[in-house]
Amino acid sequence: MAANRLTKNSIAMTGIVIIALYIAVILVSLFWLPFNPVSMDTEHLLEPPSLSTGHLFGTDEFGRDILSRIMKGCSVSLIISISATALGAVIGILMGIWAGYLGGRWDNWIMRVADVLFSFPSLLLAIFVMAILGEKTFNVVFAIGIVYIPQFARVSRGAILGIKSDEFVKAARSNGASSSYILFRHLLPNILVPLIVQISLSLSVAILLESSLSFLGLGVQPPYPSWGNMLSGARKVMAIAPWTAVYPGLAIVFLVLGFNLLGDGLRDLLDPRLRNVQ
Amino acid sequence: MGRYIVKRLLSLIPVLFGVSIIVFFLVRLIPGSALEMYMGTQVEATPQQMEELKRIFGEDKPVPVLYVQWVGRLLQGDFGYSLRTGRPVLPDIVSRLPISLELTLMALFLALIIGIPQGILSSLRNKPAVDVANRIIGLLGLSLPQFWLAALMVLAFSGFRGWIPMGNFVKFTVDPLKNLQMLFLPSLAIGIGLAAVIMRYTRNSMLEVLQMDYIRTAKAKGLKRHAVILRHALKNAILPVITVAGFNTGYLLGGAIVIEEVFALPGMGRLALYAIYQRDYPVIQGIVLVIATLFVLVNLVTDLIYACVDPRIRLYEGGR
Repeated sequence: MAANRLTKNSIAMTGIVIIALYIAVILVSLFWLPFNPVSMDTEHLLEPPSLSTGHLFGTDEFGRDILSRIMKGCSVSLIISISATALGAVIGILMGIWAGYLGGRWDNWIMRVADVLFSFPSLLLAIFVMAILGEKTFNVVFAIGIVYIPQFARVSRGAILGIKSDEFVKAARSNGASSSYILFRHLLPNILVPLIVQISLSLSVAILLESSLSFLGLGVQPPYPSWGNMLSGARKVMAIAPWTAVYPGLAIVFLVLGFNLLGDGLRDLLDPRLRNVQ
Repeated sequence: MGRYIVKRLLSLIPVLFGVSIIVFFLVRLIPGSALEMYMGTQVEATPQQMEELKRIFGEDKPVPVLYVQWVGRLLQGDFGYSLRTGRPVLPDIVSRLPISLELTLMALFLALIIGIPQGILSSLRNKPAVDVANRIIGLLGLSLPQFWLAALMVLAFSGFRGWIPMGNFVKFTVDPLKNLQMLFLPSLAIGIGLAAVIMRYTRNSMLEVLQMDYIRTAKAKGLKRHAVILRHALKNAILPVITVAGFNTGYLLGGAIVIEEVFALPGMGRLALYAIYQRDYPVIQGIVLVIATLFVLVNLVTDLIYACVDPRIRLYEGGR
């Protein structure tokens, strides 16, 4: 029934189609790219997009094909965003559900830690962590993941608080189930819904954060392509070659939009109040 | 209300304490001490000389002692010295703070005057097609990378004099109009994402309120449509919007870091980036502390405004 409702929600479906397109691009890029995305070609610097040369999105200041770099950068952005979200989600959810379930002093301590992490604007925290750890791709995952820990902790704690005194939990406990059994087999499956929405929205922000970091030179390092560092390179030449800035930016916008549409559509399906308003 | 304010102010102390611990210890994680970084790679020192230097710089004590001393200096306004310029950190930050704050406030203002009317309009025209289009536009606003938008603005407006600051920044106190003109595009680039968020919240909140019985009553007594919408519905619907706008103001500060770089504005964000590129850790530490403190304060002010407007909050929370 849920799947049926999902296919009828045009917003969520648009998001799914967009994300599927990007995944298709990644799959293609594993086996075939129009040009080599990292090798320079001094014969064809800053060529405008054209069909006859084969550079559909033009070339950059080193003569590299922009379409090929966008395709390659797609997997970089997605892998970093997914890993960072996974890192933040796993740690944050574990913190949140323990805090919500145990309550009392544990709850207090865990949520104070989350509050402290919440006291930094997300981009600032990510920049700060990158400045400390140094510009390596894995560190980007860590820097973005840390931003998500308090967010997932709050969402999952709130959700646990909402259901932990329900009948089925009492029933499980009176059957002699252990705390961790109740948490992971009874409570966690019941709060998956808000968590999935949070994951989808987090992925969209992760892509923006990764591209911002790479744009500032603190993320994925050139010559390896990421959408953010392509835009960073484009800044110097975009006045004479606007295509170097336009296409990588559009690649970011549509993928982020895809995750936002999916998250928004899912939230609609899951929030009965909003469903009735529609 | 007084009791509530005191309670919220006291709750800041553990948070700021935690922030200072994170900022202090993260910088300690960097391989090599601040001292080695200060000396650079040109100077060689024997181990004995290093010990002596450590003693002179007060780095020879255990870490917890160093932390306590550091906090003590912070409280006296001593944020340390830049490793590159040798100047004290705090005055440099304070002199650049006004630009970042102005940028943030202007972005907030733009987000509100774009977001709220849009949200109201989209809540009134509730046809499915219009509604979906509105939501997609809102989500698109959320999906634009600020720095990309800013770069496109620089590209589009580079021919128009006065809109792109690019190096020759004019202070508000010198020429207010010119200053506002220069900050308009950067603030728009920062604020457009928040405008989208505010639009969505206004819309959802209005839709909920418009279903209430008192709205029907207001309509039934023959009030004009705009009176019902503005005086009865909006007044109640605006509450959650205030909270969302307030809590997001801190994120605007974060966005200012990148946008200042794109528009070459001499604000705090730009100072932070150059400090990062040059590995100037005392400056980075200082800026992160200042921004985090501002962020926490903005959230506090938001809470207080909310409690002020909605008595249920302060009665419930204050009574606990």
